[in-house]
Amino acid sequence: MTEHLKFEATHISRVFGHGKKAVTAVDDVSFAIKDREIISLVGQSGCGKTVLAKMLLRLEQPTRGELLFNGKPITATGDPRNHWRQVQAVFQDPFSCFNQFFTIRNQLKASFRLFEKKPSPAEIEERVDQALLAVNIKPREIDGKFPFELSGGQMQRMLLARIFILKPQVLIADEPTSMVDACSRASILDYLMKLKEELSMTIVFVTHDIGLAYYVSDSIYIMHKGKIVEQGPPDDVTQRPQSDVTKRLLEDIPDVHREWIPREAAVAAAR
Amino acid sequence: MTAPALPVQAPVPGPAPKPAAGKVVLEVEDLRVHYLTRFGAKIQAVDGVTFSLKQGEILGIAGESGCGKTTLVSGCMGLYIPPLYHTSGDVRIDGQSIVGMTPEQNRKEVLGRKIAMIPQGALNSLNPTRKIKDMATDMILSHDESADKKTINDRLRERFSRIGLDAQKVLNSYPVELPAGTKQRCVIGISTLLNPKVVVADEPTSALDVSTQKSVIRLLFELMNQEIISSMLFITHELPLLRHVSSSIAVMYAGEFVEYGSTEQVIFDGRQPYSRALMGSMLSTEPGQKSRKPVAIEGAPPKLDKPIPGCRFAERCPVAQPDCRSTDQVLRVVGGRQVRCKYADTDLVKQVGGTV
Amino acid sequence: MELVKGLFKIPSFLFGLALFLGTLGLAFFGPLLWHIDVVSRVGDPYMAPGAGHWLGTDHLGVDMVSMLITGLRASLYVGFLAGVVATVVGTLIGVYGGYKGGLLDDILTVATNLFLVIPTLIVLILLSSSMEKGRSLTLIALIIGCTTWTWSARAVRAQSASLRARDHVALARINGYSTIEIVLEQILPYLLSYVFMVFILQTATAILTEATISMLGLGPYDSISLGKILNDARTNEALIGGKWWAFIPAMVLVTVIAFSLYVINTAMEGVFNPRLRK
Ligand SMILES: Nc1ncnc2c1ncn2[C@@H]1O[C@H](COP(=O)(O)OP(=O)(O)OP(=O)(O)O)[C@@H](O)[C@H]1O
Ligand SMILES: Nc1ncnc2c1ncn2[C@@H]1O[C@H](COP(=O)(O)OP(=O)(O)OP(=O)(O)O)[C@@H](O)[C@H]1O
Ligand SMILES: [Mg+2]
Ligand SMILES: [Mg+2]
Repeated sequence: MTEHLKFEATHISRVFGHGKKAVTAVDDVSFAIKDREIISLVGQSGCGKTVLAKMLLRLEQPTRGELLFNGKPITATGDPRNHWRQVQAVFQDPFSCFNQFFTIRNQLKASFRLFEKKPSPAEIEERVDQALLAVNIKPREIDGKFPFELSGGQMQRMLLARIFILKPQVLIADEPTSMVDACSRASILDYLMKLKEELSMTIVFVTHDIGLAYYVSDSIYIMHKGKIVEQGPPDDVTQRPQSDVTKRLLEDIPDVHREWIPREAAVAAAR
Repeated sequence: MTAPALPVQAPVPGPAPKPAAGKVVLEVEDLRVHYLTRFGAKIQAVDGVTFSLKQGEILGIAGESGCGKTTLVSGCMGLYIPPLYHTSGDVRIDGQSIVGMTPEQNRKEVLGRKIAMIPQGALNSLNPTRKIKDMATDMILSHDESADKKTINDRLRERFSRIGLDAQKVLNSYPVELPAGTKQRCVIGISTLLNPKVVVADEPTSALDVSTQKSVIRLLFELMNQEIISSMLFITHELPLLRHVSSSIAVMYAGEFVEYGSTEQVIFDGRQPYSRALMGSMLSTEPGQKSRKPVAIEGAPPKLDKPIPGCRFAERCPVAQPDCRSTDQVLRVVGGRQVRCKYADTDLVKQVGGTV
Repeated sequence: MELVKGLFKIPSFLFGLALFLGTLGLAFFGPLLWHIDVVSRVGDPYMAPGAGHWLGTDHLGVDMVSMLITGLRASLYVGFLAGVVATVVGTLIGVYGGYKGGLLDDILTVATNLFLVIPTLIVLILLSSSMEKGRSLTLIALIIGCTTWTWSARAVRAQSASLRARDHVALARINGYSTIEIVLEQILPYLLSYVFMVFILQTATAILTEATISMLGLGPYDSISLGKILNDARTNEALIGGKWWAFIPAMVLVTVIAFSLYVINTAMEGVFNPRLRK
């Protein structure tokens, strides 16, 4: 069975600190992510989504439990670079994702370090340009620019452009479109889905955008305080939510057709 | 979805504090702002924006990333620090122009006092080695150097409990010890300490989950209801959210307003292809939405380093006509709001989006 | 750049800089303006200041101005060399420890705590006194550098540990950067202004430390330093005899260098490290 599983976690936990100050960021979770599946991790801020994502990326180690990648312990391939050739990521905070001392273009080109056979300089430029087009940025727009000369959403697109360069088998995307407008989000998702088909990629979206989770994923995991409280196909989770956490999340979506913050509540709270 | 969908065009009463048709607090007139890059290129990031903000009003500004929202708010604060420069136009708060000020003068007289900013990404850029209390103290000291420790402490405690935080605990915490929502509430608490007239919130909730987002927006409403602040500019890339937050909306594209009208007009009856597409690409959890294809707009926004002839959106517009690229567009009134589109009053624009 | 410009608007910084450049100028251009001679007796021992010998002579009758300028050059040399050694060693170890955590970090923490409890001076004195001959100026500078680097390591460690949590470091990791590349390219650039401040402090401390051990008679055997001038004055009863010119000018020089460096450092911290503003 395990051959068809990309990731398999059995009772993994991640605790930071010791003794009294210990924080359990991920608390005894088990799950299995199939090959070519799209998973969404949804939950409130601080519920442990990013920590879980970093464990899949081999940037954090579980303090307890076992995490398998392709049926083997995640640390089995000695050199972590082998892992990162297959599993890549988009990080959450675009403002702190780039080194302020190098140009954006050079930092995009740094992704080619992972390639076992490095393409020629001309090809590298070519592929960077193509990746930029895929995220709706004019290649010349960022020439010579440093990270602080781009807007938040443009930086987020740079992180996505890396993915179009690296074409990994597994993508862990932590809030990949939180600063991008809806139209661009739709077009970036289109490209991503095309890439997924082309490479038969497995994708883990970490997001607070339940609309996005509903639209793209095969399965949604709802997290709360380090635990996975509900999981299932998008239709089940959004239409027939079982746990209170899910119900609350769904209720709090600012839908244009529904009342969201009742005026009385706003006024009452003011008193 | 549990709650029944309300019929289109019959929106529920807005939850935001009612705009008292009061006096104008902030006036921005034909503001142009540019960056000078190291290579000498001039990037006209804000290109002729005019609007005014009344007492009690919340204006929402939406638009694609890189369209100049953050630049516009820096321009409105009157804070021009290289590479950002004021090209032309005026910004007045309570009738007083603030564009000619030096940064020092501005920091002393305007920032935090008349207009305050909740910066984009503030959540993650708080200094990890300082307590909330220290940052808040700085805010007070920057305007009142003579304040003594006790007055400051009392003032902080009073204000933080008033905005619903456990003042004692929160003030003595480091940012990393606090959950994201509390952190953002602290940022808001600190920037409004001096009771500024106008608050500019630059994507205050884009890093937050829906529940936390709701609580943060509630806090902003409370500040207005308690008259700690009087009006607000709310920047976001998420048009649907503005339905619940603002009384009017401006949609920005490539440094210009392309549609500017009341919330209902822009959300339910947009007349500009880009703002309609924004609504049409909304992803919701309504049953059946999974199979619907959201409107994706491909291509990149234009580079702003040289003047762009014709309509700036034409290049990507799904319904662009041959003459769109040649004729410059101005904002004109169509259907009670300002629109920058030649075909705003025709059925052509209605082909875009429209599944709200 | 804006920060650097702001720095030049701070009066205390300009004052410290002027003072320091003044002493540096004296060390560099002094030999061009004065005839330096520290080997021949130009007059009687302890001749009072007067025409010809502005600051009199020492216990052997050597010109004091010559002695002071030579001593100043030696002290600055020791200061810079020790400062460079301590900053480079300390910064690399501190940044690496802060980034890596784990065993090295623990060892570093223990080492720094040890050095906090055992005064560095005692270690220095023990080391110096065990090497009667062969105690050259350079060797003393190296010893000072090697015993004070823990100080910069500690200062840099915390900064490095907080940078490590930034996503750009995580991004560099999944881009396949090695640890040493991350330390040099992703972390160090962010700390440069900080490292420069640490360097200034290390230099000031080294100059004071050299003066102290030389005054105790453990200075270099082959050169003249400000501390050694003070030691000579002490052992040859200049203090009791009221021969102020034999020790006051040297003391003033040491104080001025250290003081100007401290002033510069404080002003820079105010600008680059706003969190330290009170
Ligand atoms: N390096 C760390 N040291 C200590 N605690 C940590 C560390 N990283 C995360 N935590 C804690 O673990 C918990 C989960 O954090 P995580 O970043 O995974 O939340 P999240 O679900 O990604 O939230 P958000 O939506 O705000 O990004 C938080 O309480 C956080 O404070
Ligand atoms: N320091 C700078 N130097 C040069 N160009 C800049 C600089 N800062 C921003 N820009 C450019 O100005 C334009 C407007 O940027 P701005 O930050 O205002 O966008 P935004 O609308 O706030 O986007 P987002 O939603 O992503 O935050 C962008 O094209 C950006 O690349
Ligand atoms: Mg997260
Ligand atoms: Mg912005």
